Amino acid sequence: MIRQTHVIARIVLLGLLLASTGVTLTLAAELPGDSVYQLQVPMVDQDGKNFDFASLRGEPRLITMFYTSCPYMCPLIIDTARMTERELDAKQRAKLFVLMASFDAKRDDPAALKAQAEKRKINTGRWTLARTDAANVRKLAAILGIQYRQLDDGEFNHTSVLILLDAEGRIAARSEIMGKIDPEFITAIKAVLDRD
Amino acid sequence: MKFFNSSVKRAASRQGSRLAAGAIALGLAMNVAAAEYIDIPGGKYQSVLPTADTPLDVAIEAMSMRSEPVTNAEFLAFVKNNPQWQRDQVAGVFAESRYLDQWPAADAIDETQASQPVVKVSWFAAQAYCESENARLPSWHEWEFVAAADATRRDARKDPAWRNRILGWYSQTSSGDPAQIGGEPNAYGVRDLHGLIWEWVDDFNALFISADNRNQGDPDLLKFCGAGALSMQDRDNYAILMRIAMLSSLKGADVTGNLGFRCVRPNSNSGATP
Repeated sequence: MIRQTHVIARIVLLGLLLASTGVTLTLAAELPGDSVYQLQVPMVDQDGKNFDFASLRGEPRLITMFYTSCPYMCPLIIDTARMTERELDAKQRAKLFVLMASFDAKRDDPAALKAQAEKRKINTGRWTLARTDAANVRKLAAILGIQYRQLDDGEFNHTSVLILLDAEGRIAARSEIMGKIDPEFITAIKAVLDRD
Repeated sequence: MKFFNSSVKRAASRQGSRLAAGAIALGLAMNVAAAEYIDIPGGKYQSVLPTADTPLDVAIEAMSMRSEPVTNAEFLAFVKNNPQWQRDQVAGVFAESRYLDQWPAADAIDETQASQPVVKVSWFAAQAYCESENARLPSWHEWEFVAAADATRRDARKDPAWRNRILGWYSQTSSGDPAQIGGEPNAYGVRDLHGLIWEWVDDFNALFISADNRNQGDPDLLKFCGAGALSMQDRDNYAILMRIAMLSSLKGADVTGNLGFRCVRPNSNSGATP
């Protein structure tokens, strides 16, 4: 009897939720424990707009870390992300968002990010360049498995990697192959885009 | 629906473990005293990991460092106040499955564990604990700077006898729980930097050692950039080099049976350092 009441209560609750809106049901689902969006990171984008890292949940995303004054490797990271996108069909490409988070909490303010976006003609509709403070840069890198170190002259030594997150923020694939296409990575991206 | 289900299950399991070990947990939680932080004057020293091509001295700003590593009793009090860091509730992305599994329950420890340093904590959990003390994990350089001292000298690293004593500890096999905190204080008054556990540092994911491979021509190898590559100085300091090798192999959610931590705070008096 108790059990039955419980079931009825659940059905009523479900009905209420569905009645309010179908979307609510999806958003209310608990975030998976292995989602990188468990991390609370306040960020600012190239337009000076504040957002929470966790608010990016919902779409598959390529994520990488870079800094704007980086002379050699970071332009190559951007090139590699573009090459990777070109391997997708138009419909797949439209679903794939990109986040480039800066290592350089001191120098990469929104204006520097904006200048970089304009210089590299980055479409900030799907791509976001973002910054956070130094302590959160360390946490973000740790959760993404990215190593970096600032040197005395202000430059950074860092892992160059493209990471594929599924819509829930789980790391689905990563590629450290820079400057050319990584076929396995492309396959993984297509699989996530066709699924999520 | 998913949310509804899991929160009910979570509450039930919490209650279960409380019942199992409530008495011990209650008794110990009351014994936790405020941690002591020791003022460390800033200074310059030669690190085994210089930050530039030339082995420039590394400058350390004045700070306060916990006199001892964080204990099980202290960490227990922390997870009780912050249940999202209990082993049965922590998100997997922050701590792997062996997190705190030396404790008899998610919210209890054995009496014998109270004054032992907490181990099997992830970097994320250690960082969160330090934030709860308005502190943070020390950087590698801060840790190495203070750990260079012996009982009487602030930099005893050139003394072969001191090096051998530390190396002797690393050569012992580690099995079972670590000993209690409270070893001999070093010249600053900080204890247990050597001989008890390994310790997390804030920038554990900055310690990789790489040759500058921008010029090698193979894009597969172009993993790192930056003006200066890291190079190891002082190759005879094996004990310190082992720590770096171990720390740089870890991920933020990893735990090990002899890896704990301590915290540091920026020194309130820290202005210019001589």
